[in-house]
Amino acid sequence: MNTVIASVMLLSLMGIVFGLGLAVAARKLAVETDPRVDEIEALLPGANCGACGYPGCRGLAEAIAGGSAPVNSCPVTTDCSAIAEVMGVEALACERRVAKVRCIGGKKEAKERFTYVGSKDCFAAHQLAGGPKACEYGCLGLGSCVEACPFSAITINENGLAVVDEEKCTGCGQCVTACPRDLLALLPAGDPVTVYCRNRDKGAAVRKICRVGCIGCGICVKECPTGAITMGNNLAVIDPEKCDQCGRCVAKCPVKVIRGGAAAPLPQASAGNE
Amino acid sequence: MVDLLVIALSTILISNFVLTRFLGICPFLGVSKKLETALGMGLAVTFVMTMASVITYGVQWLLDLYNLGFLRTITFILVIAVLVQFVEMIMKKFTPALYRALGIYLPLITTNCAVLGVAIINVEEHYNFIQSAVSGFSGGISFILAIVLFAGLRERLEFVPLPEAMKGFPIALVTAGLLSMAFLGFSNFNLLALFGL
Repeated sequence: MNTVIASVMLLSLMGIVFGLGLAVAARKLAVETDPRVDEIEALLPGANCGACGYPGCRGLAEAIAGGSAPVNSCPVTTDCSAIAEVMGVEALACERRVAKVRCIGGKKEAKERFTYVGSKDCFAAHQLAGGPKACEYGCLGLGSCVEACPFSAITINENGLAVVDEEKCTGCGQCVTACPRDLLALLPAGDPVTVYCRNRDKGAAVRKICRVGCIGCGICVKECPTGAITMGNNLAVIDPEKCDQCGRCVAKCPVKVIRGGAAAPLPQASAGNE
Repeated sequence: MVDLLVIALSTILISNFVLTRFLGICPFLGVSKKLETALGMGLAVTFVMTMASVITYGVQWLLDLYNLGFLRTITFILVIAVLVQFVEMIMKKFTPALYRALGIYLPLITTNCAVLGVAIINVEEHYNFIQSAVSGFSGGISFILAIVLFAGLRERLEFVPLPEAMKGFPIALVTAGLLSMAFLGFSNFNLLALFGL
């Protein structure tokens, strides 16, 4: 009988001592973690692709919870209203963003200066006397972005232009850094009004080499009712925040380089997908 | 002093916890993919083993006092579980990166038989307090030695062209076997003669 009592007493005593010890330690060593971090992390895709610029989804979740990143920082998440709810803020417009090629001057529209027979790499071609294309800003169509795309969303169409399949594009931004001419950019999915040219030469020079190059005439700037278009370095730039997709610039552009919106959907983007 | 050295050397080399006694194989295989996490795991296990040796010495003294030797296993497991909880808290607070890297293997130190093993070996060898502490600490060192050696080998194995069937765990198990055989070379090492006893 004594043994039973002794063993019960001993084990209870140990249990109490250890329990109290752990309780004190838990209080002293408590790590202040924001419970929202875990909630937000659960709402993020969890692919740790790094497209947001943070080290993995956990990193972004910490940044959002800490307030240093907006709730729509994840370029892959299409609906951030749940994250906004966790943070108690109003959902920002978090449209899905996809890569777009801002050049529509392919073999048919733009002239070539020489025949390029080097390696199939846009960087190599770009280094070689500014590339075979007469336009030093246009798409070379050698497929460096195709190589860079981890989702096989980019193809080169028969007109020698890179085309992004918006269905497959996740907006990771790998192609944006892969293009030597900075033609690719992450823009809202769908078909918003966009200037599909990056040529910053004077109008006369552009007209000689490409039928669909921005000549910097400034008509779109005058037409725009919301003042969303500005002209810099002979190139029209649309501020997506101000643009209301009215399509007046699309209609008035003399070289038809501004496309998108309901008025004039971009032909190439759909043609490449089919 | 010499007896402590003998305990330490024989625990680390001759009867290495992992490679000769085959204790603590789960973390040995589970956390040995990267050298860094292997070392972190080894340090955590060393801390738990040393503390467990020290505290279980006191617990064993209590058990002997009341003739309750049959409670040894259950009380030792209780002590180890508490220690692991404590180590987990410390790691979460001070080294969150290591805490995340070790993941599930950290709470699994609770069921690491090397920890319970060292406590029970201490009792069975009738070690005194200092000897128990040294035995626990060198047991941890022996775990570190084994897991770090193994992690280094596995890191190199990543770059070796292997037949499909041998990739991953199969080659790791073969390597562990070879490593264990290498440690068999210490088995007839006469430490007492070495120190002139």
